[in-house]
Amino acid sequence: MKILVPVKRVIDYNVKPRVKADGTGVDLANVKMSMNPFDEIAVEEAIRIKEAGKAEEIIAVSVGPAKAQETLRTALAMGADRAILVETEEEVEPLAVAKILKAIADEEQPGLVILGKQSISDDSNQTGQMLAALMGRPQGTFANTVAVDGDSVEVKREVDGGLETVKLTLPAIVTTDLRLNEPRYASLPNIMKAKKKPLDTKAPADFGVDIAPRLTTTNVAEPPVRQAGVKVEDVPALVAKIKEMGIA
Amino acid sequence: MNTLILVEHDNSSVNDATLAVVTAASKLGDVTALVAGHDCGSVAEGAAKIVGVSKVLKADDAAYANGLAENVAPLIAGLMEGYDAFLAPATTSGKNIAPRVAAHLDVMQISDILSVEGPKTFTRPIYAGNAIATVESSDSKLVITVRGTSFDKAASEGGSASIEDASGAGDAGISSFVSSDIADGGDRPDLASAKIIVSGGRALKDGETFDSIINPLADKLGAAIGASRAAVDAGYVPNDYQVGQTGKIVAPEVYIAIGISGAIQHLAGMKDSKVIIAINKDEDAPIFQVADIGLVADLYAAVPELTGALD
Repeated sequence: MKILVPVKRVIDYNVKPRVKADGTGVDLANVKMSMNPFDEIAVEEAIRIKEAGKAEEIIAVSVGPAKAQETLRTALAMGADRAILVETEEEVEPLAVAKILKAIADEEQPGLVILGKQSISDDSNQTGQMLAALMGRPQGTFANTVAVDGDSVEVKREVDGGLETVKLTLPAIVTTDLRLNEPRYASLPNIMKAKKKPLDTKAPADFGVDIAPRLTTTNVAEPPVRQAGVKVEDVPALVAKIKEMGIA
Repeated sequence: MNTLILVEHDNSSVNDATLAVVTAASKLGDVTALVAGHDCGSVAEGAAKIVGVSKVLKADDAAYANGLAENVAPLIAGLMEGYDAFLAPATTSGKNIAPRVAAHLDVMQISDILSVEGPKTFTRPIYAGNAIATVESSDSKLVITVRGTSFDKAASEGGSASIEDASGAGDAGISSFVSSDIADGGDRPDLASAKIIVSGGRALKDGETFDSIINPLADKLGAAIGASRAAVDAGYVPNDYQVGQTGKIVAPEVYIAIGISGAIQHLAGMKDSKVIIAINKDEDAPIFQVADIGLVADLYAAVPELTGALD
């Protein structure tokens, strides 16, 4: 079985995004970029399934700018076998990304596609579900545990209030949640080896996908700022404040 | 504009998350509520009473019992022939189903809307709420998920909508429900709808310490319990306690943050709370920048003292 793992290059988790003064978006110039954290979890899960002898090949895919090569090299250094970059400098919406991934899945015929549940940039939380619909295949979203067994996979899902388990017929789409695993760091020898692993570059047009956006962003603004309040000296002062507000 | 909304339920009653969706949909036009489930007659009757709902569609089939997206999304996509917009709550079930509907309809979903600015224009948070984008759709139909804390809840009693049966293809035959393990919170209110939330962070050391410090205060206040991602990552509490960008978005009357530094991703989930109280021993912790009342203190002394003083 092959596993397809889409990864996205986003602003690093630890960087506070700055809204551009002209309201056109978030400033990405000279900002540290990294692999979307949920996608790292996806890569890690694919590697663990392969290590357990249940998959033969892991293909990492990214739809994004030329620099997304770095993100793919990270996936290769972690343990993916080869990579495909669908290069475009345009911003590609989740629906179009899902269409490109569908075309790649048609060629590669993976048994599993594992994606992050959302990117920490646009927070859409859509691509995996859309891909599943376009492929006509089942989805195990917000995965906490993934257990491949023969021609099916059991996915324990993080849902409001607890956990839910579903059984999906392969091929299936899985999106990762936080507790699925803790991604490994790539070792230096593996980073060196990753430079020699194959990385194909394609364009959206190669898959016949129209990436024209459906949504127009007319403004991007800072959220309303919350003012800091007062600091109290000790617990009795806190209790007095709480009682004053009628909380308890 | 005719809108179709997804009623969230457990086959016996309507979940409150639905009420904010009714309010958002009412801003666009007429509201039809879809109840997809099994033996869900009481849910349909409940939905018919929500003020603002003009019609209820009931799709009662064993295939819809557990809300499997593979079965429910085609049902919705089929019904959408008669509607201009589909809205679902931005809950784990709404987020599971709605994008699948959007792909069936070949439209871009607008996720987690905060406001309705026009018939096709909405605001939504990006970058963990560090920026608010205004987006306009050019699609012929809209698919939207609604952030529950950003819209008032429609009244759950007072309406009298008609109930009609609807049907779809049923079981797609590619997925099945195995089991669910939903924590029984007992008398504790649900995190999403609680008036007061007491939340703990990594400073609580371990699960036992977390429980021994946080629970008594929450009990005394009749509060729900939340946690930062760090506390969840460290295994102190289950993931469904998590408040933040990757967890739940909450906006209670009072949010008490204990031993939480206030990482961006946590603030994204709670900064719309009416009153924020923070207890942290680091006076430079970012949580104090959003807190209405801050106490710089060792939580191990301060929290039990606070709990004791609230008798």
